[in-house]
Amino acid sequence: MLSFIIKRLLHMIPILLGVSLITFFLMALTPGDYFTQLSMNPQISPEKLAQLRAEQHLDKPWYIRYLYWLKDAAHGNLGYSAAYKASVSDLITSRLWNTFLLSFAATLLAWCVAVPLGIWAAVQKDSWVDRLCSLIAFVGLSIPDVLLALLALMFAAATGLFPVGGAQSSLYDLMSPGEQIWDRLHHLILPTIVLAASELAGIMRQMRSNMLDALRSEFVTTARAKGIPEGWVIYKHVLRNAINPLLTIFGYSLAGLLSGAFIVENIMAWPGLGRLTMEALSAKDYPLVVAGVVMAAALLVIGNFIADLLLAWSDPRIRLK
Amino acid sequence: METSPQPSATEAIAKADLAIASPWQVFWRRLRRHRTAMFGAVILVILYLTALFAGFIAPYGYERQDRERFFHRPMALRFQGGLAVQQYEPAPGSSKYQAVKGEVQRIHFFVRGDKYNLFGFIPSTLHLFGSGDPKHPINLLGTDQYGRDIFSRLLYGSQISLSIGLIGIVLRFGLGMVMGGISGYFGGKIDSFIMRFCELIMSIPALYLIMSLRATFPANLSSTQVYLLIIAILSFIGWASSARVIRGMALSLRERQFVLAARTLGQRDRHVILKHILPGTFSYVIVAATLSVPYYILGEVVLSFLGVGIQEPDASWGIMLNAAQNPEYLTNYPWLLAPGVAIFITVLAFNFLGDGLRDAVDTKS
Repeated sequence: MLSFIIKRLLHMIPILLGVSLITFFLMALTPGDYFTQLSMNPQISPEKLAQLRAEQHLDKPWYIRYLYWLKDAAHGNLGYSAAYKASVSDLITSRLWNTFLLSFAATLLAWCVAVPLGIWAAVQKDSWVDRLCSLIAFVGLSIPDVLLALLALMFAAATGLFPVGGAQSSLYDLMSPGEQIWDRLHHLILPTIVLAASELAGIMRQMRSNMLDALRSEFVTTARAKGIPEGWVIYKHVLRNAINPLLTIFGYSLAGLLSGAFIVENIMAWPGLGRLTMEALSAKDYPLVVAGVVMAAALLVIGNFIADLLLAWSDPRIRLK
Repeated sequence: METSPQPSATEAIAKADLAIASPWQVFWRRLRRHRTAMFGAVILVILYLTALFAGFIAPYGYERQDRERFFHRPMALRFQGGLAVQQYEPAPGSSKYQAVKGEVQRIHFFVRGDKYNLFGFIPSTLHLFGSGDPKHPINLLGTDQYGRDIFSRLLYGSQISLSIGLIGIVLRFGLGMVMGGISGYFGGKIDSFIMRFCELIMSIPALYLIMSLRATFPANLSSTQVYLLIIAILSFIGWASSARVIRGMALSLRERQFVLAARTLGQRDRHVILKHILPGTFSYVIVAATLSVPYYILGEVVLSFLGVGIQEPDASWGIMLNAAQNPEYLTNYPWLLAPGVAIFITVLAFNFLGDGLRDAVDTKS
């Protein structure tokens, strides 16, 4: 198991290096930079501008800049954001945490709803429950995140039950710790539901088909023939075999989850990585863009790593490969 | 054991017929029996036909602004001496409209109106329906913040949204099949190089990569350029996952006897890949392609919605939804969400059809 973990960990390094290289290259192709718009300002002399550019190594070719960036990144310094006038590492930490929180809450919610529904639908195959679940799955798969997020905003604005966007109230700093926690939760609920709704359908369908596969297998017939109560058969024999392939789905669904979070963050003003990256892109603040994309990729790669670990832990055959 | 009843003559013929049916015939038969798939297919045919004849069916041009009617509510259909729509007047002290009792505007068919080009090249002014009275337009789905008819814009927008996926999947799966086929067939260094590259693309969450790629092009492109750019970007990202699956299939197909036979007979690698390996992946490609059309539709929507896709005044479902971003508009004028409903219906239809296709190619069941 240990060698498996080390192997997978080492595998992550070239991927993250590659991602940062690609992003750096793309940003080098992008027309203009943050200082282009400053050059319109008569108060800033061309010499000053050249000096600012030189500080960010913008006067050198992109691959040299990349090496500088790598050296700094190895020391935990991701550069300086000219648009925010702050260090990128400081900016990104809170945003990274917000995106993680949103994605984690949505995953938790989606799984807690989807897995029991999938089991229920499979056990009662072709009943009205099954049909309803299949309808929900189709609707959930087809409803665009954009529309769902807009509907949630509309709901919040119309009823006043939930805040319209954002992650905390303007009076957050004046609140007691208890109120602060509630305030954060209150802001988290709607984005979580929107993000979970798009994830839910796929997991539910997968769970149902896994259950059906397991229900058809011979050991279930044997268990039933031995006179084991049906509930026990489902729990002990079917469920445990059906949950295994779901762990693979967990790994696959992460990419979609992070893209979904990107949309939800941008529409519902959730201050996460996606929103930051979008703002940085429009400000042409490249150090921030690179950090945003690399961090998003890191979330995905680490998520996949955890999924692999879970899979290896539950299925010993994978470890030996 | 009881003797089984003799099969009737027609049954025997049906069975014999089935036995000699080609895989495509079997596939088609199974698909036709799939009710939801057929339902999805019918909806798609209708949608594509309306997109094709958008200029004719839309009562107004997508750019026509009515400066007297911003955010006009959708007009209710009435039947009063023929098909008609309810008339409205501005409600006192608010930006909303209220119905005027008893007053309707007749809908006339085959009226002359705004100029458009049918299929892009036949100039015409004939419209399926209209009011025939510029003072009393017919806005079936209301108007937007510039007083433009949402129903007309929805139809023009469908031309972008519905075509983007079809062109996109050709590019995506063309690339995916070639790269996946090469990768799986040759193996070795080529294989690991292509697969590492796919892995790299797939380790960046799609929207982050899409937005970064979009940023490498100037912001103020024309809508046609953006349209092509969106297809190119989405295909560049999407081919990776398709290539991986096709590579897996090519790996196993390579070991099959008919491929071995073809190679032993001295056929060229290119020929073996194109004629023997790739046809074996068709069933996967058809299903995956159908299910990935929504990916392009949603891609355009997200890009235009976030302001880096199709630009005003052109109509696309994404740019139309962009107006609904303002929560105040959203609560007061919910008909701005009409393009969202259109997206939902289209994606649902593709998912229905894709699901049916998957069942039809699945020979295990």
